[in-house]
Amino acid sequence: MTGRFDGSVALVTGAGSGIGAACARMFAGAGAAVVVADRDLAAAASVAESLPGAVEVAEVDVRDPGQVATMVARTVETFGSLDVAVNNAGISNSGVPIHEISREDWERVRAVNFDGVFHCLQSELRVMVPNGRGAIVNVASVMGTVSGRGVGAYVASKHGVVGLTRAAAMDVAGSGVRVNAVGPGFVDTPLLSPVTRGDIDSVAANHPVGRLGTPEEIAAVVGFLASADASFVTGALYLADGGYTAQ
Amino acid sequence: MSELSGVVVVTGAGGDIGRTTSALLAGRGAQVLAVDLAVDAAEATAGEIRAAGGAATAFAADVTDPDQVTAYARRAAELGPITGFFNNAGIEGRVAPLGQMTVESFDAVMAVNVRGVFLGLSALLPLMAPGSAVVNTASSGGLRGTAGMAAYVASKHAVIGLTKVAALEVAERGIRVNAVCPSAVEGRMMDSLDEQRSAVGLPATPEDRMGRRASPGDIARAVGFLLGPESEFVSGTTLSVDGARTAA
Repeated sequence: MTGRFDGSVALVTGAGSGIGAACARMFAGAGAAVVVADRDLAAAASVAESLPGAVEVAEVDVRDPGQVATMVARTVETFGSLDVAVNNAGISNSGVPIHEISREDWERVRAVNFDGVFHCLQSELRVMVPNGRGAIVNVASVMGTVSGRGVGAYVASKHGVVGLTRAAAMDVAGSGVRVNAVGPGFVDTPLLSPVTRGDIDSVAANHPVGRLGTPEEIAAVVGFLASADASFVTGALYLADGGYTAQ
Repeated sequence: MSELSGVVVVTGAGGDIGRTTSALLAGRGAQVLAVDLAVDAAEATAGEIRAAGGAATAFAADVTDPDQVTAYARRAAELGPITGFFNNAGIEGRVAPLGQMTVESFDAVMAVNVRGVFLGLSALLPLMAPGSAVVNTASSGGLRGTAGMAAYVASKHAVIGLTKVAALEVAERGIRVNAVCPSAVEGRMMDSLDEQRSAVGLPATPEDRMGRRASPGDIARAVGFLLGPESEFVSGTTLSVDGARTAA
């Protein structure tokens, strides 16, 4: 599938590790010019160094709409366009029930996972809609459609991402821009909380396939949604969860 | 694009989605067993694939008949290792509101769309190897309702249920089962529905928000994704190809 994104410009947030890094590798390997954006510039640079082709890094805290706007503007300045955006930056919460979530934890998760996606959508769509083309993939989660215990802030934020995805898709349908979400099951990345990591066997067993996903498996679904193969797919949540939500 | 190998069985292979998807799968390297109730339609799909340099075999079968389903499964196994199954045969039935929908009409739709999908899964899953994948054709009607289409909507909701159970049952064998949910697709079925809806005074099916109906190719590309290795962690779920219809 080399060349599937030849001539395209792809922006990936949270690309310094995990699913975002796998997406950046997937796009670069398929011919796209890639902007590797992360709050951790060193992590972004380390991923970027390993990629073939045209690559830029961007330091961005998606909680800040100004930084997000700058990231998108620089992408267009550097590579002349923005064709694909993966709004992936996200964090997990501290593993306590709703009535014990601290205000700080709630705000932090909401600001990154929910407000961050909103900021990215705004800046990206302001480029893509006038261009009449573009594909955005928001990284939601199985927790965007079901819940678990002790993940209230995360669940709410990811349900919010699914809602934003649908609303944005409706708003721009007919403009040539598509907006979709991918819903990974548990994936082996640095985002896994210590609690989850300590109980990895039972987390794996909650997936009917009996294992966690890999970042590359999620990137493959992102690649499909971003590609012309998905040209009629918009406003959709594609779950990549090893059967987690089928049970 | 990801290459396929082995035998992929396609039911309803003579219809618009089935024919286009069969051609796409064959173009990616699969050997297609093109199953259709109408032998001419199955032959036409297989012939088109062979003319393009691909491998395809036609097979006439009624998917509601257990013996005929066993027969197409056996034929597929004779051709080689079965790596994919596009369990796609379906009918729209007669448009009528509840109270006016006949039992015969209801049963006919359920027979093809639910019993046919069940029989196909029952016959083929035991023959499939680890790494293989199944796609059932559901519909945005499997997620939402449409007036005048009780049987169809119920049947497509049932397909999604069957998909989830099948996925759970074969997950440990490394087989994936998903459903694709198209909205209105250009072709014979929508022509029939447009005509029927107009005849009984129901509004036409709304256009999707992208300003057009889906093409058979839109659906074929999603099926190709679900049957290929790129969707390796995707199982037991529904993939909408509906131009934001179910985002509303």
